Amino acid sequence: MLPTAPLPPPAAGHKPQQDASQQDAPLLQVTGFSKSFAGFVALDGVDFTLHPGEIHALLGENGAGKSTLIKTMTGVVARDAGTMRLAGAAIAPRSAEEAVKAGIATVYQEVNLAPNLSVAQNLYLGRQPTRFGLVREGEMRRRASALLAGFGLSIDVGAPLETYSVAIQHIVAIARAVDQSARVLILDEPTASLDAQEVEVLFAVMRQLKARGIGIVFVTHFLDQVYAVCDRITVLRNGRLAGSAPIAQMPRLDLVRLMLGRELSEATARRSHAAAGPAGADVAVFTGLGKAGYVAPFDLTLRAGHVVGLAGLLGSGRTETVRLVFGAEPADAGTAEVAGRRVTLTCPREAMALGFGYCPEERKTEGIVADLTVRENIVLALQAKRGALAPLPRREQDAIAARFIRLLDIRPPDPERPIGLLSGGNQQKALLARWLATEPRLLILDEPTRGIDVGAHAEIIKLIRDLCRQGMALLVVSSELEELVTYADEVIVLRDRAHVVRLTGDAVEVSAILAAIADAPAGAAAAA
Amino acid sequence: MRSLARLTPVLATTAVFLAGFVLCSLAYPNFASLRVVMNLLTDNAFLGIVAVGMTFVIISGGIDLSVGSVIGFTTVFLALAIERWGVPPLIAFVLVLVLCAGFGAAMGAIIQYAELPPFIVTLAGMFLARGVSFLLSTESLPITADLYTHLSDHALRLGGGARLTVPAIVMLAVVIGGMVLLHLTRFGANVYALGGSRAATGLMGINVARSTVLIYTLSSALAGLSGIVFSLYTSSGYSLSAVGVELDAIAAVVIGGTLLSGGYGFVFGSFIGVLIQGLIQTYISFDGTLSSWWAKIATGLLLFAFIAFQQLTLHLARRSRRAPAGVRP
Repeated sequence: MLPTAPLPPPAAGHKPQQDASQQDAPLLQVTGFSKSFAGFVALDGVDFTLHPGEIHALLGENGAGKSTLIKTMTGVVARDAGTMRLAGAAIAPRSAEEAVKAGIATVYQEVNLAPNLSVAQNLYLGRQPTRFGLVREGEMRRRASALLAGFGLSIDVGAPLETYSVAIQHIVAIARAVDQSARVLILDEPTASLDAQEVEVLFAVMRQLKARGIGIVFVTHFLDQVYAVCDRITVLRNGRLAGSAPIAQMPRLDLVRLMLGRELSEATARRSHAAAGPAGADVAVFTGLGKAGYVAPFDLTLRAGHVVGLAGLLGSGRTETVRLVFGAEPADAGTAEVAGRRVTLTCPREAMALGFGYCPEERKTEGIVADLTVRENIVLALQAKRGALAPLPRREQDAIAARFIRLLDIRPPDPERPIGLLSGGNQQKALLARWLATEPRLLILDEPTRGIDVGAHAEIIKLIRDLCRQGMALLVVSSELEELVTYADEVIVLRDRAHVVRLTGDAVEVSAILAAIADAPAGAAAAA
Repeated sequence: MRSLARLTPVLATTAVFLAGFVLCSLAYPNFASLRVVMNLLTDNAFLGIVAVGMTFVIISGGIDLSVGSVIGFTTVFLALAIERWGVPPLIAFVLVLVLCAGFGAAMGAIIQYAELPPFIVTLAGMFLARGVSFLLSTESLPITADLYTHLSDHALRLGGGARLTVPAIVMLAVVIGGMVLLHLTRFGANVYALGGSRAATGLMGINVARSTVLIYTLSSALAGLSGIVFSLYTSSGYSLSAVGVELDAIAAVVIGGTLLSGGYGFVFGSFIGVLIQGLIQTYISFDGTLSSWWAKIATGLLLFAFIAFQQLTLHLARRSRRAPAGVRP
């Protein structure tokens, strides 16, 4: 559905900048931006310069201030101090609307369009072609089709946006931003929910926009993507500017060091299987578990002190597998045995009673309760397990929250802060703490490092190893194969909603997993 | 084809109305006449007008509980202004519309800037408007101005005793105007966008504050217009009139296929929803033996049926949407 994109037509009224101007005339110049939230300094005197026709990576750990910088630049959040010049003229947008009018458009990681409106309405909302005050639907659709054709999309623009995949929704969002003759395009983690082929389509679009002289701020967690497409890198750390340099002058090691402020050696080291403790007793044994049309029947044995990894492409059945194991989706075949006893799992509550814990992939929608505090989020599962009639004393709640905030290094270390205000990595840690507080014997982690950055990756991986050492059984879904092989004792590869290969011991290697994922029959190869 | 799927609720509502009309006609041969249809329009004109405003509010993801009280206030204000204070009726109309619009704008502004739930703000507005109308007068005040007698005599005679009255004409105009505004203008698209995702609408550069204020202004202004029509219909002003009309309007909107959670719906559906409620009432008056409370019972049952139907279609739509997502090429 997404062929490599041909070049989109140039936006009306916008002339490509000349290459010569790149060096001396900045397109966007941000000077001394500062912002604090209730005493927490999120941005501290940050400078940022973007040239026309430049793809500029904005990098940093969780809580480094990337989101705050973007929000202050686009006026979504009011800044405390600092000035901003666009093409030499001082601007101070007070809302996303004013930023768009000034020429700064933003595409967010979560598609920020109206799902119920048609694709065409989404593209032209607020600037629909009108005659006598009435929207010219036909004209709008014609323009929408032409615009999307430039991005290699040929879809029914009259259909509601929500009927299309996230990738298409993303391209619609970018098409909208670009078509508003933006001079500065901010892409806030646009690739997080795209697969490799879709990322290539996006890159083609970005390069084309660059050729037209548009300045692009590209926020991502994937370093490979930074080196594939960017011209310059700016790194933030703890709300301050850590460094900024052209890509050629910033080798990968320097970049990681800048981002983390420390060496990252331990986490990327290969796990030594000899050092791994012997696998303990069987915690849970599933035989022929499956559900028609959901995931094919599979066998799965989870042992204490043992990490089983699930690998595969998006939609291959990894998440479906863990949902069956946790009882979030009732199985229609197979048996489950926990600690030697036959059980039936029909709902998560039963799984929790058996000592299972589950950190879902969709952190925002299935995991955190954004308005509750960190403390309340941490004790949630424990409280649910105890039942409503046995409330946890406040002192005990405080103790649990304080312990896990210290143990997992949740930042800022304030148990009474609404969790929605924390960065993704810290939310993820709080979610882990929620399940660890219930002292589970089996913990299921679905993409534990998704959408959080390198430093937090290392910490989460270390945490996984520690848990394993303490005798917990772990079932981990991950797309980060390099990480998975460092901690998994066993990797099960899924393809087309079935478990196809099981790798154990020394066979757990990235190349072996990739081979297993790629080894599809001729017919399915296209679909994968 | 994908675009047609969202019409299902409205088509279902229309089918229910037509089926109901046929059933009533089979039971009472006199029923199937232009005259009955025209009376249906006249008797429910005030409800139809507020239902149009309510449709905008609900599609945008809000609710307006104040409309019934605003109607009551309007009738009392008109009666006093015209009969006691000697204000010419047309000027009184303009005055009351401005007052109501201002009231709606204030509620919209509070909802937007104080970030309060519309339910609470309009609930407060409901008590406020009703209280003020009691303060003005607790009696039922007849309106005897020439314009009123003239307007109630004036009607398009369609033969067979059928009359298209002024209230009915006003309602039809509001319904058509509402359809144009909601479906064919930028403002209408913004209303849908707000109901789809309020946060995203703001990030897309739409002025959410302005749209929100306008939506509640429109709803209250239409409630004021409905009050004018109501006072024409009854030739009086009474502080206890139109109690609970906000709930009838919400019922009509939901029966008309609009999702209470916002984002989906049609003005035409709400119009049919009003007609269905009117149809039930007409049937009961034809029957003559049934208590008028049966109208409420029938409306309640219909509401249940439609909500269940909506959930079912939503569920089916989600399932058919989820299926192909896994095998994205």
